[in-house]
Amino acid sequence: MSENVYIIGAGIHPFGRTDSRSGREQGVYAVREALTDAGLEWPDIECAYGGSAAAGNADIMVNELGLTSLPFTNVANGCATGGSALAASQQAIASGMYDLALAVGFDKHPRGAFNAKPSDYGLPEWYGQTGMMLTTQFFALKIQRYMQLHGISRTTLGRVAEKAFRNGTITPHAWRRSPVDLDTIMNAPMINDPLTKYMFCSPAEGAVALILASEKKMKELGADGVKIRAVSVKTRPPNSFEVFQAGISIEEGGKPTVLASKAAFEKAGIGPEDISVAQLQDTESGAEIMHMAENGFCKDGDQEEWLANGWTEIGGGKLPVNTDGGCLACGEPIGASGLRQVYENVTQLRGRAGERQVPGKVRFGYSHVYGAPGLSGVAILERE
Amino acid sequence: MGEKIDPNLWSDGAQPHLMGGRLPSGQIVFPMPTGDAAEGVEPYKLSRRGKLWSWTSQGFLPKEPYEGPGSGPGEGPPDFQPFLIGYVELPGEVIVESRIVDARLEDMHLGMELEFCIVPFNARYDTFAFRPAAQVESQAA
Repeated sequence: MSENVYIIGAGIHPFGRTDSRSGREQGVYAVREALTDAGLEWPDIECAYGGSAAAGNADIMVNELGLTSLPFTNVANGCATGGSALAASQQAIASGMYDLALAVGFDKHPRGAFNAKPSDYGLPEWYGQTGMMLTTQFFALKIQRYMQLHGISRTTLGRVAEKAFRNGTITPHAWRRSPVDLDTIMNAPMINDPLTKYMFCSPAEGAVALILASEKKMKELGADGVKIRAVSVKTRPPNSFEVFQAGISIEEGGKPTVLASKAAFEKAGIGPEDISVAQLQDTESGAEIMHMAENGFCKDGDQEEWLANGWTEIGGGKLPVNTDGGCLACGEPIGASGLRQVYENVTQLRGRAGERQVPGKVRFGYSHVYGAPGLSGVAILERE
Repeated sequence: MGEKIDPNLWSDGAQPHLMGGRLPSGQIVFPMPTGDAAEGVEPYKLSRRGKLWSWTSQGFLPKEPYEGPGSGPGEGPPDFQPFLIGYVELPGEVIVESRIVDARLEDMHLGMELEFCIVPFNARYDTFAFRPAAQVESQAA
């Protein structure tokens, strides 16, 4: 059996830097916002899934929220922590075991690029010692080849960042709230060629909480719910090219994003042309470009035309992408980032996005998160 | 010559080779697996010649566990020397991630002919790299 599952409460702690609150305190803040949104009290929640990458265990939040004895599962799945928490809570309700579940993600990272330990990723020490253990290099290496093969220009990379900062100016939960013009983006210091400083997101802080309910419970509460049409999390297939790889197969393999996207569309019974708004992993400008194609929204190389014509802008005519400024404007608190995308889609589908509201009927919202060591999570929401 | 940054990373001798592994399926992998994952994997000397598959520059000082210039006690970003890295396709074998030396960013292009070399890394260690195989390329042109 598989019950319909709805998101009936969504809460966020603003992203960026909040020196006065720990990552977990930001998580508690987001949970309380989500409870208020759903018209619930903490003791109503029957089970919870959540986590962070660098800000401690989620289950300790019961100290602040209340000792209600609910089962609370910690999720530690890197960049997909939020996506995995959402998938687990969705399954908990779809199975018919529970009627109300919480998915929560939060984080708080030190400034500067992430530093990873080779042994955590099954890599030899020399890989880190010699300066290859950097996620930023992977994204630069991936987009550099993609640009050569598919004719994507540096200006297009700049346009993605320009759009992100512009959307950030009208998003209350965004970190970067000031516009940055194309010239400034293009002429900023080079981090990893072809990506300049403004084309990368930064590690940050923030938290998101979502409350999921069965259809029966949603109706009983009279809650404003958004239906989860599909959730799909996939790890990498053979011969793929992912972050932190000292060697890649000469056989071109599959991509976890393509697998997760196809599975989600299949489950939802719809196609890319049905989507009204999309949040795509934009660790840097090139990622958004490549993920537009990997998720099936355009062909490889078409992004050049899409960006030049502003087709991914809010009200741009085709498909608004990263309406809240994405990772570029919000920063990337790993544990919260994937749930922020879902939060943004819930807000858009409920028509509550204010200045950044996508015009017209917003029926289907699509979110996609990608992270080390090669995994992707896709969620498709529907406003019935 | 310094110490090898990893004793098993490349073969010794006048013409060193990067060491990969051949899986029972015949697939060539890099680096050579270790521990239980090495069972049934034959050490395999990788080709010294390859073609550039992608590239980038490293423009800022990496955090730990980086041990190159700029990372030592009392050192910092001013001591860091930016470097180039890339993926090099070794025909019929595997695509390996490597430093690229003796090349300028603006000269990099897909398919650029490269050859294996050993370079000094820090006060103690040598590491591996690929550099343009200028001779062969000019002959081909």
